[in-house]
This record gives sequence, C-alpha cells and structure tokens, in this order.
Amino acid sequence: MPEAREIKLVLEDGSVFVGKSFGCHKSVAGEVVFNTAMTGYPESLTDPSYKGQILVSTYPLIGNYGVPSKETENGIPKFYESDRIHISGLIVSDYSFEFSHWNAGHSLSEWLVQNEVPGIFDIDTRELTKLLRDKGPLLGKIVVEGEDVAFYNPDNDNLAAMVCTTEPQVYGNGKHKIVLVDTGAKYNILRCLLKRDTTVVRVPWDYDFTKDDYDGIMLSNGPGNPAVYTQTIENIKKALQGDKPIFGICLGNQLMGIAAGGSTHKLKYGHRAHNHPVRKVGTDTCYITSQNHGFVLDTDSLAKDWEPLFVNINDNTNEGIRHKSKPFFSTQFHPEASSGPTDTEFLFDEFIGLIEDYKNK
Amino acid sequence: MKKDVKKVVILGSGALKIGEAGEFDYSGSQAIKALKEEGVYTVLINPNIATVQTSEKLADKIYFLPVTPYFVEQVFKKEKPDGLLLAFGGQTALNCGVQLFEQGLLEKYNVEVLGTPVKSIIDTEDREIFAGKLAEIDVKTPKSIAVTSVNDALKAAEKIGYPIIVRAAYTLGGMGSGFCSGPEELKMRADNAFSYSGQILVEESLKGWKEVEYEVVRDAYNNCITVCNMENFDPLGIHTGESIVVAPSQTLSNSEYHKLRELAIKIVRHIGIVGECNVQYALDPYSEDYRVIEVNARLSRSSALASKATGYPLAFVAAKLGLGYGLHELKNSVTKVTSAFFEPALDYVVCKIPRWDLNKFTGVSRQIGSSMKSVGEIMAIGRTFEEVIQKGLRMVGQGMHGFVGNQPLKDKDVRTELTEPTDQRIFAIAEALEQGMSVDEIHELSRIDRWFLEKLKNITDLKNKLGEYQTLESLPDKLLIEAKKLGYSDFQIARTVLKTSNLKMEEGLLEVRAHRKSRNILPIVKQIDTMAGEFPAQINYLYMTYNGSTHDVEFEKDGLSVVVLGSGAYRIGSSVEFDWCSVNAVETVNEQGFRSVMINYNPETVSTDYDVCSRLFFDELTLERVLDIVDLEAPKGVVISMGGQIPNNLAMRLHRQNVPILGTSPEDIDRAENRQKFSSLLDELGIDQPRWNELTSIEDIYAFVDEVGFPVLVRPSYVLSGAAMNVVSNRDELQHFLELAANVSKQYPVVVSEFIEQAKEIEIDAVACNGEVIAYAISEHIEFAGVHSGDATIVFPPQKLYVETIRRVKRITRKIAAALNISGPFNMQLLAKDNDIKVIECNLRASRSFPFVSKVLKVNFIDIATRVMLGLPVEKPNKSLFELDYVGIKAPQFSFARLQKADPVLGVDMASTGEVGCIGDNIHDAVLQSMLSVGYRIPKKNVLISSGPLRDKIELLSAARMLMEKGYNLFATGGTHKFFQENGVETTLLHWPDEPEKSPNTMEYIRDKKLDLVVNIPKNLTKGELKNGYQIRRSSIDFNIPLITNARLASAFINAFCKMSMDDISIKSWDEYK
Repeated sequence: MPEAREIKLVLEDGSVFVGKSFGCHKSVAGEVVFNTAMTGYPESLTDPSYKGQILVSTYPLIGNYGVPSKETENGIPKFYESDRIHISGLIVSDYSFEFSHWNAGHSLSEWLVQNEVPGIFDIDTRELTKLLRDKGPLLGKIVVEGEDVAFYNPDNDNLAAMVCTTEPQVYGNGKHKIVLVDTGAKYNILRCLLKRDTTVVRVPWDYDFTKDDYDGIMLSNGPGNPAVYTQTIENIKKALQGDKPIFGICLGNQLMGIAAGGSTHKLKYGHRAHNHPVRKVGTDTCYITSQNHGFVLDTDSLAKDWEPLFVNINDNTNEGIRHKSKPFFSTQFHPEASSGPTDTEFLFDEFIGLIEDYKNK
Repeated sequence: MKKDVKKVVILGSGALKIGEAGEFDYSGSQAIKALKEEGVYTVLINPNIATVQTSEKLADKIYFLPVTPYFVEQVFKKEKPDGLLLAFGGQTALNCGVQLFEQGLLEKYNVEVLGTPVKSIIDTEDREIFAGKLAEIDVKTPKSIAVTSVNDALKAAEKIGYPIIVRAAYTLGGMGSGFCSGPEELKMRADNAFSYSGQILVEESLKGWKEVEYEVVRDAYNNCITVCNMENFDPLGIHTGESIVVAPSQTLSNSEYHKLRELAIKIVRHIGIVGECNVQYALDPYSEDYRVIEVNARLSRSSALASKATGYPLAFVAAKLGLGYGLHELKNSVTKVTSAFFEPALDYVVCKIPRWDLNKFTGVSRQIGSSMKSVGEIMAIGRTFEEVIQKGLRMVGQGMHGFVGNQPLKDKDVRTELTEPTDQRIFAIAEALEQGMSVDEIHELSRIDRWFLEKLKNITDLKNKLGEYQTLESLPDKLLIEAKKLGYSDFQIARTVLKTSNLKMEEGLLEVRAHRKSRNILPIVKQIDTMAGEFPAQINYLYMTYNGSTHDVEFEKDGLSVVVLGSGAYRIGSSVEFDWCSVNAVETVNEQGFRSVMINYNPETVSTDYDVCSRLFFDELTLERVLDIVDLEAPKGVVISMGGQIPNNLAMRLHRQNVPILGTSPEDIDRAENRQKFSSLLDELGIDQPRWNELTSIEDIYAFVDEVGFPVLVRPSYVLSGAAMNVVSNRDELQHFLELAANVSKQYPVVVSEFIEQAKEIEIDAVACNGEVIAYAISEHIEFAGVHSGDATIVFPPQKLYVETIRRVKRITRKIAAALNISGPFNMQLLAKDNDIKVIECNLRASRSFPFVSKVLKVNFIDIATRVMLGLPVEKPNKSLFELDYVGIKAPQFSFARLQKADPVLGVDMASTGEVGCIGDNIHDAVLQSMLSVGYRIPKKNVLISSGPLRDKIELLSAARMLMEKGYNLFATGGTHKFFQENGVETTLLHWPDEPEKSPNTMEYIRDKKLDLVVNIPKNLTKGELKNGYQIRRSSIDFNIPLITNARLASAFINAFCKMSMDDISIKSWDEYK
C-alpha cells in the first residue's frame, strides 16, 4: 500500500475526522450524506442526484473491483450513470489500492484524480454515519493542509441546471416517443426506456415540452430542493391537464406531487440505500428498492384526485403517487436501480403499457 | 395472517456429523422460540441430547428418538399434531419429510407441512427435475446428464467432455461427489456414488469459477428478500463447507451482485419456497456468465452463517412465515421499529473459515475438494479483510497466530499445495508470498481472485516492515496502529518485532500489550445492527476492531456483569455439548440478576445468538481479546469452566493478569491439569492410578515397559505422522511406533502409561462447592477402557457396576474434590477391574457428558455449578441415580463415510463427530434407540462377523448364538469361522480381501450389498491383518453397510435387537420418564 497524505473532514458542528487521501488532493465543501449500499460505487459517484454532496459509504471496503471500462452503447456509457463524477467528495473506511475485475479499466483512485474529486479513507465511517443520523445532514468540507474553503449549502442552488443536458437530444428509434425531462437523469432510466422500443428525447430541466409531439413523459431523478425548479413544475402542471401517460422517479415524484398541489419537506437524514422496503398501498405486495433522496413528498398534501401508490414500510413516508383516473404515476424510489435491487423495473413495462392503452384509445 | 395450527412437530437433525452440525441446533431453537411466541404447542423429535433445543425451557415436548419415518409416524399417532416443520433439521429432517410424504403418512395423519411444500423440496432435490424447473424460466444450470449406471455415466462424460464432476442425488454435503479427469477415475467415482444413491449426475466442470451464494426468504404473499450474499475465497471445485467464505461478496460489481440476486428471487418464486432458501452460483471470473449449482430449500449451514453475519434471524423469521405471516407483518428484531421485510446492510466484513481435524484419522486424504471433510467453522468480524482473515485463522485454533508469524509448514511443497489444496493451503499462500512469489503466479496456481491475494500480501508486506524494528520503543505508533488494523495480534507483533523466542512468548505478548496500552492503542467495540447505522439500535451483538475510533456502547463497570467464555470452533472432542453448558450458565447468570457477557465466535451455536445473553462479543477467545473485554467490562468475574478446553487453558493465564476467575481457583485447576502435580496429589491421597512416566530416551522407554509390561499407552509430544497416541502390545509394535511416528528427546518427551486390559471405564460428572460434592452422576462405558470416552457408548445410570465399585468411586471423588477445593463442575474418568479403581483423568470443568447426565437425571448440573461459582447458596438435589426407573445411553456418531480412506476404527484418540442420547425403559430399549439414531439399522438377515483376538471371539459367541437362533444367516472370516464352528455356531466362511481368487469373498459380499451388518474387530497392528481388516471396514463404510468394530458394543446391539423388535421400542417423550 502506498503512503497516503493526511486529509480531513470538518463538519459544521465542529467535528473533525482525520483520514488519508486517495483521490484528488484538494479541498471541497458540500452537504455530507451517507449511503448504506454495499455495491455500486461507480454508479453512485456518477449519479447526478449527488450533486453538491460529499458521500460517505457505510460499507467499509471500497474500490475492490476498480471502475469499469468507458465502453458506450446508444451514445451513452454502458456502465456509468452520467458522463462524470457528480459527488463533491468520497469518504470510506478501507480503500482497496489494488483492484480486481475483468471489466475494470482503472482504479477508483485514478478515476477520482481524473475527475478532480477528493477521497478520504481510514476514518471511522460508522461513527460519522451515526453523527449524521442523529444530527441530520451536516454541511462539511474536506480540507487539505493549507487550503481552506467555506461551507457550502447546495440546497439554495439550481443544481439540476448544472447537471442536465443543455439542449434536447434524441436517443434510439422505437415506436413510442418519450420525453425525458432531465433534471439530472441517470442513464439507466434512458437504458430502461430504450430497451422497451422507444425513442427518447432528453430535454433540459426548464424545457417546455408541452407543445412537442410525444406519447409519454418521463420525469427524472435529480439533485437538490424540488421547490427550486418552478419552471419544471409549471410545465408538468400543463401536462397534467392532458391525458398522456407520465411516469416520475425520485425528484420526478416530488415535482409531480408539487404540480398536483402537494408540498415537500426535507427528511432528517434522507434515504440513501439499496434496502428500503416499500409496500404498494392497499396490498400485501412489497418491494426492496434503491433510494437516494433527501426531500420527500407530504402524502397528506395531495389534491383529491391523487392517491399514494407506495409507502415506505420503515418510516411510512411517501414512496409514490398516482392520479385516480389519469395515467400519471411516480415513485420516490428508483425502479431503474443501477445501483441496487431490480425488483421494480417492471414499472417501466407498466408505463409502456399505459402508453399503448392511450394510443389504442 | 396466521394459520390455525395448534400443535407442530419439529424434526431435528440428530447427531452432529460432517456436513450437518451445530447450525441446526441454532435454527431449530429459533424455530421453537418463534412458534412458542405464537402460542403453538411444540413437539421436537431429536435424539441429540446435548443440544440447546432439547432443553426443558424450549419445546413443550421432546422425543429423543431417531429422525426416521417409522419413529415420526409413531409420534404422529401419539401426539396428533396438525403441523410439521422439516426445514430446520438439515438434510436428515428434509429426507425424512420427503419419505413421510412419499409414504402417504402426512396425508394419513392429516399433518400439514408448514413452509415450503414437500413438492417444491423434491423439485430442488432431484437434480433432473431441478434443472428442468430452472430451464422453464431460462435460468442456467451446469450441463448435466442423470444416469443410473456406470456405463451411461461414461457415455454422458464423452458427450459433455472431461473434466467432469460426479454428484450423487439426495446426499449430505456432496457425499460421493468428485471431479474426474478421465474414464478410469470416473468409473471408480461412479461406483462409489451409486452406493449412496440410485441416481448420479455427470456434469460439466466449472473449476476455477467464482462461487457465490444468496440466502433468500419468501413469504406466502410472494414477497422476497435476499438477506445476505456470500463469496467463496476458494474458487469452485472446493465444497462451500470447505471454503473460506466472506460476506458480503467482495469482488462482484453491482451489476453482477444484482443480476444474481434477481435470478435467486426468480428461482425461489418459481419453485414456490415459503421460508428460507439458499441458492449457490458459479460465476465466470471473466464475464457475467453464471450457472446455478445448487438450491437448498431449507435452513442450512450457510443460512446460519448468514444469520450471524447480518444479525437477521433467518430461522426465526422462516418459522413465522411457515405459520402464514408476511415479511412486512414482522419486525426487524434488532431495531424493533423497522420491518423484517428489508435486506441487511453490513458496515463490516465477515469471514468464515472451516476447521478440519484430519490428523485424528489414519489413512485419510488431506486434500480438500468437492466433498466436505471439515468438522466445524468460525466466523470473524472486522472492518478490513486483513483484520478478519487474521482473526479468523487464530480462531480456528490449530496453533496458528494469524496469516503470518506461524511455524513454517512441514513437508509441504508450496506450489503443489496451491494447485492441489489441502487444509493447509492458506498457509501455503503465506509461504509463497514470503518467498516472494507474485500475486499473479499464486493466482495462476490457485485460481483465487487477485483481490484476496493482494489483501493477503498487505499483511506479509507489513510483516517485513515490522521486522525492521527490534524494540517497541523504536517502533512508530503509526506502524503499530497499522499492524492492529490489519489484524495483527500482540503475539504476532512480539514475534515479528521483539523476535521473542517461543519459550518466552507470554512475556513478549504481554510486553506488547503494556506498550500498546501506554500508547492508547486499543480496540473499539462496534455493533452489528443490520442497518449500517441508519437507524438507532439497542443491540447487544458486538465485535471488536481497530478500524474505528469510538465505541458504539457504554460500559457500566459496576461489577454486575459475568463473562462466560464459549467453546470456539466445533472440533472432534468439543462441540455442541459445550454450547449447551455455556448457554445454561448464561441463563443462570441472567436469572440471578447479573448481566451475562458471552464471548464466542462459532456461527453454529446458540450461545452466539444475541437474544441469549445481555451482551455478546462475537470475537476471539485469546488471552489478548479476553483481557481487552475484561478491561472494558470490569466484570464480577469470568467463567472459564463451561466452554471446554479453550477457556480452561486460559485459566492460569488470566489469573496471572489478576482477572477474577469464578469457581475453582486456577491454581487448583493447574494441579489437576498438570500430569505431574496431579499424580503426586493422587499419591498423597492414596488414590490408585495406572503407572506412568514421562521419558526422554528410547532406552528409558524400554526400561519402563519392562517394569510395567505390555500393553502400554504411548503419548508422544511431537508427532511425525499418524496418530498422536497409540496402544502398543509388544516390542515390535513399540519399536515401529517410536521409529515411525514419534520423536523422542528432552525437548519432546514421551508419556508412557500402563494400559489395563478388559477394565471397565467409569465417568463421574459432578459439581462441588468449596470442596464438598453437591451433585454427581456416575456412568459406565459399554466398551472396555481403551476406547476414547468421546467415542464410547455410555450408560447412565450404570447397569453393571458393583455397588462396591460405585461406593469407591464416590469416596475417591469426595477426596479429590476436597483436596482441590473444587467449586464448580468437574469430571473424572476411572478404570475399574474387580473393584480396583484407578483414576485416569480429572478435569475441573464441565465435560462432554454434562448435558446427557443432567437431562437423564433431570437435574441441571450447570445451573447448580453456576450458582456455586456466583457464590449463591445451593442445595443438594434430592434425586440420585439409584432411583431412576429408566436408562439413558449416549452413543457416538462417526462421519467416516465423509473421510475417504480413513480407517473407521476406534482407539485412544477420539474420532466421533457427534453423539446422541436416548432414554428407554431398559437397557435394550435405550441401546436400540441410540444405535438407530446414529444410523444403524436392525439387520434383515445377513451378518458378517470377523472377530479379531480370542477374547473378542469369546465375547461375541453368545451374541452369535442368539443371531443363529433368531434365524440370521451368519458369515465369518477364517479364524472366527473356525472358532464358531468349534463352539457350535454355524457360519458361512467368507474369504479375506487379500485372497480375491477365493469365493465366496468378503469383498464380493460387501460390494453386492449382501450383508446387513458387519462386525469387524481389529486384531493387532500387523500389516496383513491391518490390510484385510482395513479393507473390510473401509468398504463397509463406502458401501453404506452398518459396521461395528468393538466386540462389547456389537454384543450389546445384537442382544438388544434379538431381545426386542422395533415395535417394542418405547415411544415416550422425555417428561414421561419419571
């Protein structure tokens, strides 16, 4: 193992964790959040929803299988969730300098350096996690010697604008035309749609798609506070006047909820895991889901035409909503997984089914 | 939604055997707890009397009967249950359940199988149906052809292409399975496999692929979770029970992990599991290609491991699901607020390492492969792989100190060891790395993933860095911390830095400890909470690590906690009985208002179930770790007498560090443990013992033998090859043994003892308080002395001891208890010949037979002993062995079938892997129950007797007469045939294996399975005799014919089944014996 330089994490409550540097050796600030997943660091690091956040992995051994090749398919990378790392910094307990995997292109450390993202290892991530759990998400900064930075709260910024596509892009050539409203979409949403005979038009967060020709709307995941994205909400409101199917994921669930008259609040410390249980409301059918969100929709705030679709079994928070008569539904969790369990990928089939029903009407 | 069931029968797994061990005590106990919580009346059938599940506080009714359809049917008749649980007793229970179903008995008695339906079980057990089932949902299984003859097997192999693997259907842990690289090998393997099963499979070999397992749970609502995945360190080709295993998987990407997870759920749904199921995969190391290699529709060794690895109580939940609950209707028993429908997130890594005891057997191959040979396992928890592998290798308890810092391997070629692994492979990797072999080369030879090897190399690299320092003062703290983070023990650091000599290790490691403490380099206590810290958890399930900076729990240090040291890895000589003792001690500690603190690391135990104690440290039982815990807990004291020899050996060492030891003082323990001191004590007390001496030269040995006469028992302290102990009966044998097997010198003395033939062996288990005996139980062995007490068949209360003998034993016991001022449990073994009593061994701790005598006498010796140790008042139980109106028998279970080539013979070294204990109205009743429980069958018609020395021939004569009168066909080998003829017993002569041209031949009869019972008594150690006898014994095992190798036991068994039939066997529950 090579010698590593000292680097530290400073939290807004004054706590300091000293560790060793394995990424880009520089100082950054952001919101510190933890994720309890045991696999999928290449996917998480490239997930635009993490924009502005410093990510703590509770699973201690990270870097084991390196990072995958840059191979592309349908114009997007095959193994990543976007074109670059979006987290501001990575914090782990035990970094594997040596990696081993048939599909690995290079090490996690090299990749962090290329993307100019710092990484810390050799700190007590369980202690840090418990602190974040008890105090809620804290602002924090990774500091290298002689280079201090100010704390930064990403919730005040329009993060989607920073991570989304700048102009409409078309993918695939299938029979259903879907508008993907990119507020920070993960590529696996695109892949899940393209697998199902679709043409996907990926549009920027504030793009007014309502006058375009399309069969369905996909509201993507994304970072930050949903209340910031007023233009997106306005566009969704317009779409809700119509009858074309809409499927929202994560931030998409919150935006659809707000567009339908609801409100959101910030969870104490968010859901970032591969093991969150949800139940389909009114049934005994349950799913294990992949989650990554800090804000959540207030179920009670929904307008009367709407109803909860899924609920979190652990804390009863909202996990999805649907319109009582129109083909609109959304989930707070990630049916596209990547990373995480694939139990709910069938929702994409249901979405396509709604589109077919709509077309056959 | 709960089903309406009121009374449920639970099938246990019987005696511990290779492939089916303590894990089923754990899963069965959990199932019983779950049912009781629901108010269901529980009836347990399990002859394993040493288990926790057969204790009075668990099941409502317990039958110590064989787990076979006949006996289960009798229990059905009597108990009229409405439900049956068969997924909690391993393959034994599952096979029994399938037979009950096929014989229509479930329907006949209107008993519903709770959980996975039998039909689904059959789908997973019959490989052809199984492959077909999976093909229906496009899930890949290895290319495989089922055949029923050797010829078809050869054809199938041609089609698939060598190398291939042969598997027998319906067997425990891969028995009869193996790789074949060509037709010759296949012929042999197939022959053998057909002796276990009518159907075998010829399959494509996936040697070198990764092996990955998932533990899946499904409820009746079709909700599924995977509780844990695990990755084998050893690639496919080595049975998962023989592999080092880590959880969660380490080298799988997210896409691989979830692809296999998704498939596992798909399979489990398609098969229709309700409860728990294990899916094993082979995964191509160069792509995402995979094969499903096995599905176990029951709780398994892996599921017990997964439960301990995650904190998710799989068996408990599976039992609830069997009652009809949905996962979402149950709570996570760790957080108590979140749902049981979730998948544990680990923030640590665990490593399981098997423990083998192959040196206990003569002739056995040490290679590990597709069939299981290990007898136990350990689990290590930590936050780096280096930490867990080093902890784990220490826990295995075979004199290793971790990955490095061990004695060099003896007579091993590193490269051969890497390609053809034995139980020593991991240490061969250490040697290879120390010799400078590259990770790539080790990978090429072993096919072990480079990731694991790189981590191991980190350990070796650090050793080299540490070695550059000579003193602790010069060693930088940074380096010392790094060493601890990589799992180095103080011992390893002493050896590497201080270069402490072997003789001064204790001082060395204590010096490291003192230095470390002065520098504030201390381990941290972390919780296992199933949620990686996401939710607050009041959980007492703990481990220690150096990869952390704050404790998860606070320590009261109020002197109200009592630390109980557990038994460590199951091994030959120490297994579930010590877990029973530990659990009972913990229960008494709890009941008496103290907080119990358990330390143990065996994932197959109930003592490591976190709901048993106030605080569980799933960690090492080394001096270092116990001191670490004592420092944090500041307990009232430590109980070292419940977990067998591992904690017992710590007594003096802890005492020297001023740790309060509860019970008998460590100095007195030492007086019993130390051969010399104990011998002098016996002399002082005027108690007889066999003459013995510790000798350092061959001449002295001969001189001593001239004095005491043959036979003698020889115990070398340094063994070159073969057994550690042996009885020799003449000069030639002695010479042979000393030259070939042992090293004799000042450094390695040999203990020679007089060996008394035809003596009865007697055991006494007792509890004393301040030197006064409070409770005792005297039992006798059926076999004469010379068979290890762990392999002997023990009768309690004794049926054939003189009253005078019993009186003398009691007198001796009282004297010794007083002389050693015993406070707590102890056990003695004695020899009796014509009322002459000699003491052969004394252990001031609980023994293997404590659960047996406690349960037969219905007086809990451990409870009494624990009260004594806590300093509480105790009363003498008012029950004595003379008042019992029934008989208990403890019989050993051997696993020779698993240990290819091992000579299935009993001797002074223990060879059994488990035991049963049955109770009957008389001795025949109890003998039959216990023999049937360990796998014997009452012979139908043909019995072969090959009876060895004259006295054994005489011993067997009346049994042979009885067989003849009962109409059995008797067969005998040369001498026996002649002897029987002269004494009026008709037998058919079968020729010896080394006269293959002569017919009828023993080998032909065994191969054609014409014999229903083989009695073969080893005569002496001459080569010809050994070869013939060995062949008969070994092939009997290989062809699954019941074999008895002791004349006294054979007599007892034959007597029993001649005097009573199956129908006469008592079907009585434990509480009916009053």
